[in-house]
Amino acid sequence: MASNRFRASLRRLLAVATKEVRQLSRDKVTFGMIVGVPLMQITLFGYAINYDVRNLATVVQDDANSSMSREFIAQLKATQVVHVTYTTSSSDELARLMREGRASMAVVIPRDFERRLQSDTRPVVQILVDGSQPSLAGVAGGIAAMPVLTRHGEGPYSGGKRMTPRRIEIRTLYNPEKRTAVQIVPALIGVILSMTMVLFTSGAIVRERERGNLELLIATPLGRLELMVGKLLPYVAIGLIQTTLIMIVGSLLFSVPVVGHLANLYAATLMFIAATLGLGLFVSTLAQTQFQAFQLAFVTLLPSILLSGFMFPFEGMPVVAQWIAQVLPLTHFNVIIRGIMLRGADLPEVWPQLAKLAVFLTVMLMIAVARFKKRLD
Amino acid sequence: MTGTDESATAISARQLTRKFGDKVAVDHIDLDIPQGRIYGFLGPNGSGKSTTLRMLCGMLLPSDGHAEVFGLSVVKDAEAIRRRLGYMPQKFSLWEDLTTDENLRFIADLYGLEGDVEGRIAQQRATYNLERLRSQRAGTMSGGQKQRLALAAATLHSPELLLLDEPTSAVDPQSRRDFWERLFQLAEAGATILVSTHYMDEAERCHGLAIIAEGKVVAEGTPRALMAGVEANIFEIEGADGSAAPRLIRDLPWVHGVTQLGIRLRVLADRSVGDAESQLRTLLKQNGIEAQIERTDASLEDVFVVATKADKHGEQ
Repeated sequence: MASNRFRASLRRLLAVATKEVRQLSRDKVTFGMIVGVPLMQITLFGYAINYDVRNLATVVQDDANSSMSREFIAQLKATQVVHVTYTTSSSDELARLMREGRASMAVVIPRDFERRLQSDTRPVVQILVDGSQPSLAGVAGGIAAMPVLTRHGEGPYSGGKRMTPRRIEIRTLYNPEKRTAVQIVPALIGVILSMTMVLFTSGAIVRERERGNLELLIATPLGRLELMVGKLLPYVAIGLIQTTLIMIVGSLLFSVPVVGHLANLYAATLMFIAATLGLGLFVSTLAQTQFQAFQLAFVTLLPSILLSGFMFPFEGMPVVAQWIAQVLPLTHFNVIIRGIMLRGADLPEVWPQLAKLAVFLTVMLMIAVARFKKRLD
Repeated sequence: MTGTDESATAISARQLTRKFGDKVAVDHIDLDIPQGRIYGFLGPNGSGKSTTLRMLCGMLLPSDGHAEVFGLSVVKDAEAIRRRLGYMPQKFSLWEDLTTDENLRFIADLYGLEGDVEGRIAQQRATYNLERLRSQRAGTMSGGQKQRLALAAATLHSPELLLLDEPTSAVDPQSRRDFWERLFQLAEAGATILVSTHYMDEAERCHGLAIIAEGKVVAEGTPRALMAGVEANIFEIEGADGSAAPRLIRDLPWVHGVTQLGIRLRVLADRSVGDAESQLRTLLKQNGIEAQIERTDASLEDVFVVATKADKHGEQ
């Protein structure tokens, strides 16, 4: 008896899932978005979001004008951080170029450059950076740490880094442990899943209501949970497909490694997908129309992107923002995915984050089911 | 399961009420609908027909009162009722991006149809003339085709009770006739059918009828009994179709309504006025209108006008 009821329930659930897949396969736009959104975003963000600073317009005032100072300038240029746009011998002109914003950085090599190199007491070179541009503020420190007059790849920063020698020429001088794509791609898995999962699922459920199908469904023996799980199931598969797609593109275009086990990665991603679908389900109970659902989905998306540690370091945010971030599944997934993909973490090591995702999912499901019941009324 | 016992009651409601905030959509209605019959809800839009149907299939909870379907409570036993009930919402509610067969198979799964499911679907296709539409998506069908598909889906699991909410509102006259043929066949086979409509001709075909206005049942009975018992005398006036006559007649306190039918005026006079005909004649003569007055039988529309009018007076 019980097994019969279970079988009937499973049959209804699978019928809903089958119907959803069938409808999805006929909805060319949505279907295109499933593949198109991850491809577009990873390509766009992978290239566009770049914390590296390059080709800064620089004015050089070489008062020493010796072979050593010229070699120093050549080395500066070789970092590609600096693009020597102007050379001048007047400090007034240098100040003017900076003020007018035509140069973002100025390098002043003093007359007694060689002497200063011998002694440790006085600064060798003065570097001026345009502090009004936030991303440039850190550059001075990077340049200052540059080992003056060492050969390519022989500097003190080249040892112990898992990077190719060619990269060392640039990175060791400037951004030794941070390669943007490596940070961005794993986080993009979470962002793209947040975007598509919430959007698609909330839309898919609201669509039934908007088109009047729900009224018929309610009159059938179909249960709430059967309907919800049946509708979400196809999107779990879609989420995993998207994850795979992002990892393949990340590996091909940006050489982003997967250090940890793939099984761990998929298991953690599955948990995250479930949590995000729970959020989508909740959104669907708030919205009356697909348009409202999309708006609400975006309302959840923006804090996810801004507060989860994807854009800005989590530690630097105010306490209130950190609290909000704690509620967002993406915050925890970012920790998990970076751990697994880049540091080779095992599931037990990211257990606290997984647990938080599980709690999030449970709460969302409970609210959604409770609210959905009211909807029937 | 009970067999088809014509005397048995399929639906009974006592003081069934539903409020939406302050608005009372269904106002303490009583219903006794026998099994194996076609029973109609006749009423204007917004009179509470759909809300009543939704309460009967357990989609909406009553605010007050109670209702039983096959002796089962619509609140407590909603799940059990759903298996024995087919519901066709006012708006086409199958999936427009699925084909006939896909829609029917989905519904079959939801109701857990056992045995020869494909055979049953084929049978429905034959009955509802859907053979040629097998692989056509519902979204591309005409109103009549959609309606046949919706009825095929609603009756797929051979429900004992069929609730149809204004099923013919988007359908041409021929399709409407065919549709009613099928309803009679279903009733013949033992199904109880509750159908809401605002078409008089459809209401007239029902075995039993409740006229609903502003959430209340204002008249109930067989169409014939309702027409015979109408609280009005009906007169048709020919030759008074100018603009003056209808206004003059409408101003009489005992006139429930004046309807213009081509060159004729149809006047509903309250039954309490015995000499209505001569009063009308005098009125027209005084205003220099030459017209012929003839007494005629009440139609269902007359019943409807009188019933809804009386209700309005009662509320004031």
